[in-house]
Amino acid sequence: MVENTKDELLHDHNHDGIDRRGFLKCMAWAGTGALCVMQGGVLKSYSLSQMSRLDGKPAMGELSFVQISDSHMGFNKAANPDVVGTLKAAVDKINGLATTPEFMLHTGDISHLSKPEEFDTVDQILKGATPRDVFFVPGEHDMLNDDGKQYLERYGKGAKGAGWYSFDTKGVRFIGLVNVLNLKAGGLGTLGLEQLQWMKNDVKHLKHSTPIVVFAHIPLWSVYPDWGWGTDDSGQALAYLKKFGSVTVLNGHIHQTMQKVEGNVTFHTAASTAFPQPQPGKADSPGPMKVPAEQLKSLLGITHVDCVRGQHALAVVDSTLG
Amino acid sequence: MIRKCLRIAGLAAVIVAAVLLLIAALYVSAHAQQPAPASAEVKVDNFSFGPGTLTVAAGTTVTWTNRDDIPHTVVSTDGVFKSKVLDTDDKFSFTFTRAGTYPYFCSIHPKMTGKVVVQ
Repeated sequence: MVENTKDELLHDHNHDGIDRRGFLKCMAWAGTGALCVMQGGVLKSYSLSQMSRLDGKPAMGELSFVQISDSHMGFNKAANPDVVGTLKAAVDKINGLATTPEFMLHTGDISHLSKPEEFDTVDQILKGATPRDVFFVPGEHDMLNDDGKQYLERYGKGAKGAGWYSFDTKGVRFIGLVNVLNLKAGGLGTLGLEQLQWMKNDVKHLKHSTPIVVFAHIPLWSVYPDWGWGTDDSGQALAYLKKFGSVTVLNGHIHQTMQKVEGNVTFHTAASTAFPQPQPGKADSPGPMKVPAEQLKSLLGITHVDCVRGQHALAVVDSTLG
Repeated sequence: MIRKCLRIAGLAAVIVAAVLLLIAALYVSAHAQQPAPASAEVKVDNFSFGPGTLTVAAGTTVTWTNRDDIPHTVVSTDGVFKSKVLDTDDKFSFTFTRAGTYPYFCSIHPKMTGKVVVQ
């Protein structure tokens, strides 16, 4: 590892070990905004204040998209009585990005109570975003009472099983997974054998150089199992991705940004557009965190991702709503 | 004759009163030995069920109330009962007629578990 300035780190990923010092530094930036760029097997991390050094180049990649998460339409408690307003603010933020994203990913908990009118409201607000296409995966709040029947009718056309699917854009393979159904007492998120088998076959014939982006609601890494922030069988899914040089895993569910780099895999969780949740173990429960009204938007946000083909470059940038 | 009749009537009244008192006393003591009223409460608070283990007599109706800002469910691990999603302050009740142990969990947040023991 070479540390050339206080704010810029270079990590040698030719070996398989994790650069713990760099990882911790990257973690420290999470929540205030961080940019991690992988170029030719070297991970570079910048704080947002250092982004001017990049001259905008990583932000001008061949493929640019945005992730939003946890809109919880219908939520009206003290932690945010106006989830419509904050989702609209997220759309404004997306429309104001220097590079127009090609599409949006929504990593679940679109609605708060799976009510048709909640989904309708989100759909209507997202129509105001510059990117026309939105790719969804469900959160547990989107599959209440009917095991996901309504969700599948609305968002699952062409999807397999409970709503999982994959697609290619500009040589990048996107894999949307469902880990919020058939949860077992005492357990975490679950993918299940049928989905794992599908995923294994889905990536089998891809070249090792294909950049992979996996997105699902509950984190696919063990963030904080005591609060259910992890997925029981994610290890099996990640094993299928070991051969790939560039894997990015995007999740929601925990209503805060967090990042971890492990070998070839970058894990990232997005902020909510609705309300923040406490840091792991820092409260009695993971319930909605009430903050002074003027602070709320600084804890909500969107995530902007750039993939630069040929350079194995991938940049993940979080921006808050205020 | 009238005086005798009155005496018998008075005696009968005393006996009836005594019998009634005895019946009432037996009734009260029999019911005082019943283990619990036929209803019990579980509060859902801070992503946990309280009490985590509830012991009741057969025939008891248990009512769960969600006091969190987040919806929860009450789902029997063995498929005996299953609530709809409970938003804040929503309630779900189930009457336990048979003795046994009934583990349950929140199907949205499966780390939340509890059990009802029916005696």
